[in-house]
Amino acid sequence: MTVTEVSVSLTIDGQEVDVPAGTSIHKACESAGIDTPTLCWAENLTPVNVCRVCVVEVEGSRALVPSCARPVEDGMVVETDSERVQHSRKMVLEFLGSGIDLSQADDLGRWIDHYGAEPDRYDQPEVPAQKMYEEPKIQDDLYIRDYDKCVLCYKCVEACGDDAQYTFAIAVVGRGFDARIGTEFDVTLPDSACVYCGNCIGVCPTGALQFKTEFDMRNAGEWRPEEQDVTTTVCSFCGVGCNLELHTQDDKIVKVTSPADHSVTHGHLCIKGRFGWTYVQSPTRR
Amino acid sequence: MADIFIGLDLADEVEITAVTAAIGNDPAIVHETERLVIGGGARRHERRHLLLPALHALQNARGWISPGGLNHVCDVLQVPPAEAYGVATFYEMFRVDDPGHGDDVVHVCMDAACQIAANEELIAELEAGGAHVHRSPCLGQCERAPAQFVQGVGGPDRVPADEISVELRIPQQGDSSLRLLKNIGIVDPTSLDSYRAAGGFDALARAVELGPKAVCDAIADSGLSGRGGAAFPTGVKWKAVAAEQGRPKHVVANCDESEPGTFKDRVLMENDPFAVVESLAVAGFATGAENGWIYIRGEYPVATARLQNAVDQCRAAGLLGADAAGSGHAFDVEIRRGAGAYICGEETALFASLEGFRGEPRSKPPFPTTHGLFQEPTAINNPETLLNALDIVLNGADEYRSRGTEQSPGTKLLCLSGRVAKPGVYEIAFGTTLGDVLDLAGGLTGSGELATVLMGGAAGSFVGPDALDMPLTLEDTRERGTTLGSGVMMAFTDEIDMTAICVRISEFFRNESCGQCVPCRVGTVRQHETMVQLQRSGSMTAERRALVDDMARVMVDASICGLGHTAASAINSAIDLGLIEGAP
Repeated sequence: MTVTEVSVSLTIDGQEVDVPAGTSIHKACESAGIDTPTLCWAENLTPVNVCRVCVVEVEGSRALVPSCARPVEDGMVVETDSERVQHSRKMVLEFLGSGIDLSQADDLGRWIDHYGAEPDRYDQPEVPAQKMYEEPKIQDDLYIRDYDKCVLCYKCVEACGDDAQYTFAIAVVGRGFDARIGTEFDVTLPDSACVYCGNCIGVCPTGALQFKTEFDMRNAGEWRPEEQDVTTTVCSFCGVGCNLELHTQDDKIVKVTSPADHSVTHGHLCIKGRFGWTYVQSPTRR
Repeated sequence: MADIFIGLDLADEVEITAVTAAIGNDPAIVHETERLVIGGGARRHERRHLLLPALHALQNARGWISPGGLNHVCDVLQVPPAEAYGVATFYEMFRVDDPGHGDDVVHVCMDAACQIAANEELIAELEAGGAHVHRSPCLGQCERAPAQFVQGVGGPDRVPADEISVELRIPQQGDSSLRLLKNIGIVDPTSLDSYRAAGGFDALARAVELGPKAVCDAIADSGLSGRGGAAFPTGVKWKAVAAEQGRPKHVVANCDESEPGTFKDRVLMENDPFAVVESLAVAGFATGAENGWIYIRGEYPVATARLQNAVDQCRAAGLLGADAAGSGHAFDVEIRRGAGAYICGEETALFASLEGFRGEPRSKPPFPTTHGLFQEPTAINNPETLLNALDIVLNGADEYRSRGTEQSPGTKLLCLSGRVAKPGVYEIAFGTTLGDVLDLAGGLTGSGELATVLMGGAAGSFVGPDALDMPLTLEDTRERGTTLGSGVMMAFTDEIDMTAICVRISEFFRNESCGQCVPCRVGTVRQHETMVQLQRSGSMTAERRALVDDMARVMVDASICGLGHTAASAINSAIDLGLIEGAP
């Protein structure tokens, strides 16, 4: 006897889709060739469904539903491009753009154009729209944290906590619009529980968290991703066998990542894999 | 030997003593094994729910939560300091910076009922007298506006208005038709004997006679629905929890009454605390839950003390414990104080808060009946809903349905405040008209004509004088596009500046949004900014009016919880009614 996967069939934008039970609506959309904007969702993290940019309309549900977190159900009827969905996605993008610097956010510019979001229409003559004004926190040679680019997607907190690192150096602090990602009493990262694995940076979608190398190069106008090569290799430090992606520009390593779908790392690394590469370029090395 | 990183700051003796008194001296035992992390996870589940009581102890001991104090609590409970700090900064009643004094802090309410009762004059007076004033959201004392609550340092919290007579709180006292308020002013709220002499704990005995299934059936047949605003059928909820087998189960009394204008549960808890405990025990028996929890808002010190006293007396009398009231069913109750967060009245946020996490709502489904407190099956009801169950168990569903209407059976507590002559909690049969209710409260007071009534609180909506003939039922209010909500009826006369009221309502939501989801976190801020602009400039363009609607729609459609869903409702209704000058 063979064990067969239980399949669920649903309708997305009028199209019949069959997917394994337990699949999220977002993944079902993907299998149907429907592109969905996401921000707080990531392949290697538990969905927190806070950004609400991936919402869809599900028949019988009063409010819209976060597609990243909601599992499909048999007979579900999903609309991903209804007027309500378009409106909510547009407004979420507008809200984000109205207070947060999205200039380095992955992919969001495309969706802002797609939905015709106008983040600038919130400033008023006597009451300018409140923004996430923050000075970048530069406290060591490895990371910077620039929270005026932070969309509070919770990804870094998850990666630091029980989705990857179990270090719990950072948490969401405060409430409402004034909530920020922070350490206890805002102590510097070197004084916190941080172990410098860099996994928070690995999952940050907006450039709020950056490797110091990248931050410095951007400030100097030298960051040119279109000229960068990515070489996959295996970390040389221990026997675990983590895959590394070495991002190089002008034959110099500028950043190290790991593929989110890699069976060993799920995109997460430790301080050695993430930052222990300077020896490769050491002038004293022969 | 800890497996979490804790900084170098140390707690002082006062802080350590306070924390030990609050949560005991039972340091987490960490075994260093290869399963350390797994052990860590289990331990966090076991003890993390003591975080909120521990933070309260620190706040009370020193007037703030110091780095050393936080480290001590984190060490004892094995909570990462960053997470504990995230929790501490979530709540209005906690502060994480040194206030520079060790004095009590006077919280003064800023919301509508107090706004029109000269709260700013009270603040000026208090500050002139050297008091440290904190501008607070609604304190749940709207019948005695302007409301104050004193947060103690090194001593208990207190409410200055508590010398007021019971008579004034229950204008209907002595009325023989009262069902939910019948004990108030008659039964000594501090005495189990007094409660029992008035028929107290007969309902629990009757429930045990009937058995859990018959109790759940009676609740379902009665048509009782939740009295917090959502009006979910209580019988459906209880039956769903009763059907869950094989896991620990919980019943929770949601006493985090924070909807601006609402104070009915406070009045019940302060004046009839044994009934709250008994009804929770009935719920526990009916659903098969052994764990009862009372989560009460931190600004209710009298209610908290009286409930604690009631629980202690009931436990001593064997009404709670391993064989609660001789039922053969184990049931006990633990009380937890909130710390100032409107959002924690939302059921899933309440669970998160009680578990020792930030009070952020969770996505539903899954629902609390299967994944509630500690991800276990949970029935959660507010005191008013629970007290109805006593009546239903004792007198049967048919008798219960003899009051109210077919779709809204029973009676409803209303919180009358604003410009009425006799503000307070009133009990009416569903179907009484709004106009009759205002008459019951002595009609209008002050100068001017009735301009509007705020129904259901900040999350509700304004109605005009043409709604005086509206029968107060779930179905009629729904049909007229408004809501009974938590029973708020706040009257405003035409000499009141409604723009200022609406600016404050929008500020309330801005302050109380937990910040988790984008539509509510940013939407409530943009909405408030729009209202401030309108107030300053005296007008709103048609374009801006359209944007207000756009913002309301995304908050309704895409927010995680009811806070976002209702954050635009009152303001939009005010604009629609023409209450705000300059708004098209």
